[in-house]
Amino acid sequence: MEAADSMKIAVILIVLLPLVGFITTLLFGKRMGGKAHIVPVALVTVTAALAVYAFGWVFQHQEEPFVWDAFSWIVAGRYHASWGFQVDTLTGIMLLVVGIIGMLTHYYSIGYMRGDGGYYRFFAYLNLFMFAMYMLILADNFLLLFLGWEGVGLCSYLLIGFWFDRKSASQAGKKAFLVNRVGDFGFTLGMFLVLVTTGTLQFAGVFDKAETIGAGTLLWICLLLFTGAVGKSAQFPLHVWLPDAMEGPTPVSALIHAATMVNAGVYMVARAYPLFAQSETAMLVVMVVGTFTAIFAACIAITQNDIKKVIAYSTISSLGFMFMALGAGAWVAGIFYLFVHGFFKGLLFLCSGSVIHAMGGEQDMRKMGGLRTRIPVTFWTMLIAAVALVGIFPLSGFWAKDEILGGAFAHGYYVVWLVGIVTAFLTAVFAFRMMFMTFWGESRADAEVQAHIHESPKVMTVPLVLLAIPAAAVGAVVGWPPEAGWIHRFLDPVFFAVEHEEFEWLGTGGALMAVSLAVALLGVYLAYVLYLRRRELPERLAARVPWAYEASLRKMYMDDIYEVVPVRSTIAFSRFLWTGFDVHVIDGAVNGIARLWGWFGDRLRPLQTGRVHNYAFGILAGALALVVIVGWVWGI
Amino acid sequence: MSWQDQIGFPVLSVITFLPLAGVVLILVIDLLRRPAARLGADGAVEGAVRRQTWWPTTYKVISLATTLAAFALTVWVLFVFDKSTSQLQFVEDVMWVRRFNIHYSLGIDGIAALMLLLTTLLGFIVIIGSWHYIKDREMGFFVSLLLLQTGMTGVFCATDLVLFYVFWEAMLVPMYFIIGVWGGPRKIYAAIKFVLFTLVGSLLMLVAIVAVVWYVNGQGAGLTFDIRALSDVVYPYHLQFWAFLAFFLAFAIKVPMFPLHTWLPDAHVEAPTAGSVILAGVLLKMGAYGMLRFCLPFFPDAAVDFVPLVAGLSVVAIIYGAAVSLVQKDLKKLIAYSSVSHMGFVTAGIFAAIAVADNAAGMEGAVLVMFNHGVLTGALFLMVGYLYERTHTRQIAEMSMLATPLPVFAGFFLFFTLGSLGLPGLNGFVGEFLSLLGLFEYSHALAAIGALGIILAACYLLWMYQRTMFNDRGEAGVMPAVSLRDISPREIVSLLPLVVLAVWIGVYPNTFLDFLHTPVQYILQQMGPSIESARDGAVAHLIEATKGLF
Repeated sequence: MEAADSMKIAVILIVLLPLVGFITTLLFGKRMGGKAHIVPVALVTVTAALAVYAFGWVFQHQEEPFVWDAFSWIVAGRYHASWGFQVDTLTGIMLLVVGIIGMLTHYYSIGYMRGDGGYYRFFAYLNLFMFAMYMLILADNFLLLFLGWEGVGLCSYLLIGFWFDRKSASQAGKKAFLVNRVGDFGFTLGMFLVLVTTGTLQFAGVFDKAETIGAGTLLWICLLLFTGAVGKSAQFPLHVWLPDAMEGPTPVSALIHAATMVNAGVYMVARAYPLFAQSETAMLVVMVVGTFTAIFAACIAITQNDIKKVIAYSTISSLGFMFMALGAGAWVAGIFYLFVHGFFKGLLFLCSGSVIHAMGGEQDMRKMGGLRTRIPVTFWTMLIAAVALVGIFPLSGFWAKDEILGGAFAHGYYVVWLVGIVTAFLTAVFAFRMMFMTFWGESRADAEVQAHIHESPKVMTVPLVLLAIPAAAVGAVVGWPPEAGWIHRFLDPVFFAVEHEEFEWLGTGGALMAVSLAVALLGVYLAYVLYLRRRELPERLAARVPWAYEASLRKMYMDDIYEVVPVRSTIAFSRFLWTGFDVHVIDGAVNGIARLWGWFGDRLRPLQTGRVHNYAFGILAGALALVVIVGWVWGI
Repeated sequence: MSWQDQIGFPVLSVITFLPLAGVVLILVIDLLRRPAARLGADGAVEGAVRRQTWWPTTYKVISLATTLAAFALTVWVLFVFDKSTSQLQFVEDVMWVRRFNIHYSLGIDGIAALMLLLTTLLGFIVIIGSWHYIKDREMGFFVSLLLLQTGMTGVFCATDLVLFYVFWEAMLVPMYFIIGVWGGPRKIYAAIKFVLFTLVGSLLMLVAIVAVVWYVNGQGAGLTFDIRALSDVVYPYHLQFWAFLAFFLAFAIKVPMFPLHTWLPDAHVEAPTAGSVILAGVLLKMGAYGMLRFCLPFFPDAAVDFVPLVAGLSVVAIIYGAAVSLVQKDLKKLIAYSSVSHMGFVTAGIFAAIAVADNAAGMEGAVLVMFNHGVLTGALFLMVGYLYERTHTRQIAEMSMLATPLPVFAGFFLFFTLGSLGLPGLNGFVGEFLSLLGLFEYSHALAAIGALGIILAACYLLWMYQRTMFNDRGEAGVMPAVSLRDISPREIVSLLPLVVLAVWIGVYPNTFLDFLHTPVQYILQQMGPSIESARDGAVAHLIEATKGLF
């Protein structure tokens, strides 16, 4: 019981400290100038320690999650939702990712954002983000999860549009929020359906009744909730906001748009495992969307020239991988991938930030090259991240990716496995295309930029090194041996019904592993040939199939389609409603009636002539008429 | 429960007539300070009077003091209020016209209590907000505001039909002057439109009142105008149908429901800031309040039959208002149309609650939306007014990048924008979630369409915010030529109570929802048997068929 009490305090502090940091920094940060980071960074450090503590608690109490209804939130009619918190093993994993990467990103930002006009504002938003993200993963009901969900969305909006004096930034922030709102629309309806069907939104309560929900309703619930996940985790067709989100400062891309927030959709689906696991159709939809997104985004990433855009599409692809895993029933593999992905993708972004920093703000890889020796720390850490992403033994990505592909294969989804392998191959190509274009070859930058190239300050490189350790090693640590690693046992209480297959080194498992490793190495070799040895080849290739190249470069025309179909048509329709209907039809009728009375009055005006004989005639006529009418009524 | 048992003095009368007392005080001092004014056009005297610079401050302080006192008393009332009963509280009852058994009687239930809080809150906030806003005939403006507040407070407190009607009409006059005298370029058109629309409605209501009282008298129950007594009577269906329609039209114009809303944008655009705040914050609520008070409990069978129509129109209003907001060029007009959209959630929640058994959440949510809309839209109108004092324009196209010269202002503006688009954690979300949930229980399809309004709300609000506060013009990044002063302490003071309320209701709405449980249950109980028979309604079958889709 005592342990639970200390957990209450820990949970409350985890949530409140970043909020306190947000408020104090917003109010007093401006006056602190260049020291504005002290309070938020200190608070986030303490919070990270508490998150690790909470993880340690779950580690010791794996079988009985910590659930605590702090106080009621909304009580209306027969419904009830509360500020309730829950920490189980799944939450524990998320706490580690969010706490550690969140803290390191804060430190990194001290260097990256130095001298920016909105220095304090940046840290305030970052702390608000941490608050919302913790809320999201600690919530014990859908509604509170939604609060965190929208909260991180808001912070994403604020931080993408951080440099609001740039049109592209303010545009991208708005786009992110609005596209996510489309997903939230589904999520909200999903919550309604859950609430009406089960009478509660609390996870435990809903999942207890999961088996009593009719198949049709359950499918609707899952699909609607999944719509929310598609928005938040940038899956096709709602992925379009994530590449644009790169307008935000790079630490934001690392923390929010790679390591934490975008995982929220995956987390939510995993959290709703008891619902999804019962609906085969819903699982199939999740898998198909994930698989398609994975390869779709990889095809776009391969031609992008903006270093951050490459990583952004890679993130979309990776998230697709996670949904592929969940949908295929490889639940643990999906969360495993989420866990390691957070580290290496966050690292990849932070390294790209260090590159951009060195290049004086340049993001176009065509103007980079040869940075290997100029910024060695960044180079080595980024190399680790890239190798981990590509999934080469023995780095983190290898173990997680292999489990996903193995899971798909084991469940009989051979096509999905094949698409996954192709995606892995493309990932290797574009990741090392990026590495070769950035770090190898001769520099293509202007002389002026060249002169300024410098390694980032310690406050930035130390977090890189610290992140590189888990990015390299954590996969083997928690994932060894394959299919039976620590993470499997740890997550068992959450995904109770998942059966474990025996991994055969000399059977299917080993063969699949060899194939995926071979494919990754092949991809790296191809990138080496194309972008280092024979650099004229890519252009000739592009000239061969211009339509394919163009489509990839133009992001499969998704933005162009959205521009016309929902955006312009909505505005045109709204214009019609306003000027056509509101002004002309409704007000036309209103003013028409008024004018009719005016016209009527005008016609009557000649009666009032002011001449006595006219009135006398009127009186006589009226009297006669009265006599006639009265006579007629009385029937004389 | 009468006031004697609860607070020791007739508090509702005091709250209602405090502003009027302020008016009397102002007028008396004004007469005393210019002894010679009545003698005619004596230039010297006029000049002397005009040089009395203490005078504007004095009447503003009097206005502020009376409205603040009314607010403080309201808070006191809410503390004493017994939330466990649906009975009317703080009841005062004095015979007014013995011949017709008309009483001067006041009393509030939980719903009225929240509306009372909203009225007195916005009452003193607009006084602060208008401190330097009016340049011409300033005293008259403050007098009008105070008179308006007395009228509005009376509407929410009255428990006698005639008294209700008197307050309802009395409130029109000061509002007419506020728009017509201190308004913008098309103020006369807007003021007349506002009055004519409302009058059409209130005349219909008057006819219905007469019909209802006539019927009850004819049954031998004697002449009474007591609202609770009249609502307990079971009326024959044909009377219910027509009287419902008359009452409903009166209130639907006030809400305003689509397609009776076109007076609102004009009135808002032309009205001075304070007028807009009160109009959106309180006056619109009277429509919904009237529906809760009259349309449902008086005519339950007719009300239930009208559910499909009203719910449908509400959803149309949600989408239509939001869509039209999207393309507005004038900030005030944008917020005005967004009010049409938000009030759609109110009517949808109210009428969905009576269509399905045990659906109180929808109605509680609807009342909460009423309150939230008053807080958020009131704040937005205030801020647009403050912006206008700086930029002298409300055209979105003439603004850009205002977050650079006005960072604190932009922060407050963002806060209320987010509240208005329903960010969880702020008040807007709770109300809209509950009322949509109520609608969902009634019809999945309608709720799904209504929820689209939440997407649209984010669209028009964030687009508006981007165009005014951020850069949306590319490289040129037009900076406003004038150097602007950031938000002043007075303006912050006027906004802070609204910030506090927005967070409070967002985080712990139960403080306010607790007021609603029993009165909503009471209304639903009065509706009781009709709700059970709701499925027999002719038009309902059509919706039934639509529901079959899901």
